Amino acid sequence: MTTTTTAKKAGSLANWTDERLGASKGVKFLARKIFPDHWSFMLGEVALYSFIILLLTGVFLSLFYIPSAGHTVYDGVYAPLVNQQVSEAYASTVGISFDVRGGLLMRQIHHWAALVFVAAMTVHMFRVFFTGAFRKPRELNWVIGCVLVLLGIVEGFLGYSLPDDLLSGTGIRIASSIILAIPVVGSYLSFFLFGGEFPGESFIPRIYTIHVLLLPAIFLALIGAHLVMLVIQKHTQYPGPGRTNTNVVGYPLFPVYTAKAGGFFFIVFGVITLLSALVTINPIWAYGGYDPSPVTAGSQPDWYMGFMDGAVRLMTGWGEFTAFGFTWSFNILIPALLIPGLMTIPLILYPWIEQWATGDRREHHLLDRPRNVPTRTALGAMGITFYILLWISGGNDIMATVLRLSINDITLTLRVLIFILPPVVYIVTKRICLGMQRKDRDKVLHGRETAVIVRTESGEYFEVHEPLDEYKRWNLVQHETHEPLAELPSEDANGVRRPGAGSGWKRRLSKFYFEQRVEPVTPAELAAAHHDHHGHEAIEATSAHH
Amino acid sequence: MSENQNLPDVAREDGHGTVAVSQRFDNPGLPPHRQRVTDIDAAAAKRAERQVATLFGLSGVGTILALVAYFALPYDLEAGYIEHLGQVKLSNALIGVGLFIALFGIGAGAVHWAKTLMPDEERVEERHELRGSDEDRAAALGILSEGAEEAGLGRRPLIRNSLIGAMALAPLPAVVLLRDLGPMPEAKLSETIWKKGTPLVRDPEGGKLKASDLVNGSVVHVLPEGLEETEHPLNEKAKAPVLLIRLDPELLDEASSAGAYEGIVAYSKICTHMGCPVALYEQQTHHLLCPCHQSTFDLRQNCKVIFGPARRPLPQLPITVDEEGYLVAADGFHEAVGPSFWERG
Ligand code: HEM
Ligand code: FES
Repeated sequence: MTTTTTAKKAGSLANWTDERLGASKGVKFLARKIFPDHWSFMLGEVALYSFIILLLTGVFLSLFYIPSAGHTVYDGVYAPLVNQQVSEAYASTVGISFDVRGGLLMRQIHHWAALVFVAAMTVHMFRVFFTGAFRKPRELNWVIGCVLVLLGIVEGFLGYSLPDDLLSGTGIRIASSIILAIPVVGSYLSFFLFGGEFPGESFIPRIYTIHVLLLPAIFLALIGAHLVMLVIQKHTQYPGPGRTNTNVVGYPLFPVYTAKAGGFFFIVFGVITLLSALVTINPIWAYGGYDPSPVTAGSQPDWYMGFMDGAVRLMTGWGEFTAFGFTWSFNILIPALLIPGLMTIPLILYPWIEQWATGDRREHHLLDRPRNVPTRTALGAMGITFYILLWISGGNDIMATVLRLSINDITLTLRVLIFILPPVVYIVTKRICLGMQRKDRDKVLHGRETAVIVRTESGEYFEVHEPLDEYKRWNLVQHETHEPLAELPSEDANGVRRPGAGSGWKRRLSKFYFEQRVEPVTPAELAAAHHDHHGHEAIEATSAHH
Repeated sequence: MSENQNLPDVAREDGHGTVAVSQRFDNPGLPPHRQRVTDIDAAAAKRAERQVATLFGLSGVGTILALVAYFALPYDLEAGYIEHLGQVKLSNALIGVGLFIALFGIGAGAVHWAKTLMPDEERVEERHELRGSDEDRAAALGILSEGAEEAGLGRRPLIRNSLIGAMALAPLPAVVLLRDLGPMPEAKLSETIWKKGTPLVRDPEGGKLKASDLVNGSVVHVLPEGLEETEHPLNEKAKAPVLLIRLDPELLDEASSAGAYEGIVAYSKICTHMGCPVALYEQQTHHLLCPCHQSTFDLRQNCKVIFGPARRPLPQLPITVDEEGYLVAADGFHEAVGPSFWERG
């Protein structure tokens, strides 16, 4: 085909769609939209792509999987299980693994993609947090993102339970016990969910519908909203020369971003496939079907459930007591419901908490460098430390075996660390951030160290510092700092209350955030430093309030 | 637009908290664009083109590999299970590696293409304020209040209030309809099928036991006889498992001795924390350990909790022997087994 006929064909197709759908308007709006580029923006993409992989492989699995807890006798090809009483769900999952060519691969891709999906969402959320991308106007997308992470954990847990093997059945039993522990309504909720006593026969078909229909539909809707908002609000960008709060600098959606992001989808899909081809995950045939009596020592849930498991393990029994003739199981309620709740609510509300402290109602499209917002960065590091400690606690038995330590000692140590380590990490992180900011000031004022040592005539040695060019310098001076509200008079000269000065609480919060800070270098300071070129004093002179 | 482009356009209500604009550096603007080799050297561009095409070609090879692996590799169902497992793994691994090459080739090719041959000069797009213009906002407000006026929402509170009431009530059936998801708990959580005289049979192999079948320090997992004949065997099995342990009678405290038979004690195997089977027995210390969250129960103290998140001891099943000398339950459990629940008391 020659180029002209191709062009003609393409032209008539374009005309056909435009006359019916007005496609040209969409192309004009979307195709040249600018997207900024940065490696950390790929985390959200990884999450999106693993979701698509989950949809594709999930549909394949649902063609063979039988969502039924009905009893059957296994008579497939896997000899060790032959003649055992198992559920149809379990038998069909073993069937996918052994009788369907490529079936095991699909199961493994589905499972690996689930692990990557939740991990990518979590790290993406950290990126958004530490760079302040959740600030106005993106608060809603932050909330949607938090909900997606939570639903991802639920969806993964339900999927993990579908094969009805010994390991996942034990997980369901634990979930049913958590429900039983809920005051007043626990027993009723549990009986309604399981259609009677645990395990019953209703649970597998019920969670199947939720896993393949209800939650995926909610995911599609929320991810859709997430992306539509991204287009309306345009992507944030990292600060840098030429990048401002009122522009977007980057590459057009078509063709550069299409090629890069589309190519990246195939890379993610490829890598997850390779992982699934080579690394066995969840070999349910080795565990056997669910049976409430046998035990699996050292059983571990999928990674994203680990923190809750860890919280449960750290708890002591004192939380349970009887009063007024009823059983109060705080040994279960605190770690399994209260702690996850107390972790998620401040997380979801965070954009508003910070907005309250700054009193800042402006739109923000330039990201923060984490060091320039020390208190937020330190809070985030503290939260992550808490989470990781819980997660580690979920592996206390594995640690005990690997490190040959007493499991009781490990658990007792973790019980102490969970209170001590997060505040320590808060303080250390904040100091590191402030230190890095001072280093930035130093670099701007005195230039980059060149490692060239010069001897002066008088015998003094000094290192040659090369001044930063204006582009590099801009990266280090572009940010703004906030002053705590408490340091501003709450009344103006005429004794009139300033709007936005805030209540006592608001002032205290603002002080907590901004009392310690390092201001960026001003042009005047730089001029002064040049004037007095050995002037190390100047570094600290104006960096007020330590 | 503000003098310094880096500061947001919208003025702060109160102007506090930020450094005055004049004290700041000016944004130097985009640095000059540097050309890539492929931009200036036609040969380099040609080379990049061939690299991209090679990656796409490699992808095709991967697809073929996956297909060959699918059709050509033995997937012989008659093989012994070890060989069979090996065949399954080989087939899946090769299909997977083929697919990896197929997918990764497309991805790497596309990214390489974009990075070497598509323009890499950054472009600038202006952002527009998200809020509508003042006129738009006024117009929107006007439309809404006009519509509300036309509907008479303000003028006819009776309609508005009765509508709110109706809407609040309408979801009730949706909640009520969920009632039949399951039966009421009644006393089911507190009952097991153990009762006076129920023989203890080995789990899973079956078969009744005599006291002489247990040597000192040995553990046997048992179930009540007749479990499979119940209406919901699995539900009963979730509550009924019992551990049978023979200890030196000296080691038992008074409470446990009462339900013991010649130093043989029987305890519910269902953890009082979250219901996992408690089945790790440490012979030296006479502790039972739950693998789920490491609750530890001391056999010498009637299975009291000595570590971990569980609170209540494992309930004891009193046992004795029947006329023929087989171990049987002397009675049912005296309390609910397994995890706690509200009505347990
Ligand atoms: C966010 C999305 C999803 C997550 C996190 C997820 C997670 C999981 C996990 C961890 C398993 C256990 C796999 C195993 O090791 O056997 C599973 C099983 C399963 N999933 Fe999903 N899934 C998702 C979406 C879907 C969708 C959209 C479908 C179908 C349309 C689906 C269908 C299935 C089926 C049929 C099984 C049982 C078969 C098997 O376990 O091999 N999933 N899912
Ligand atoms: S279920 Fe036994 S310790 Fe939690």
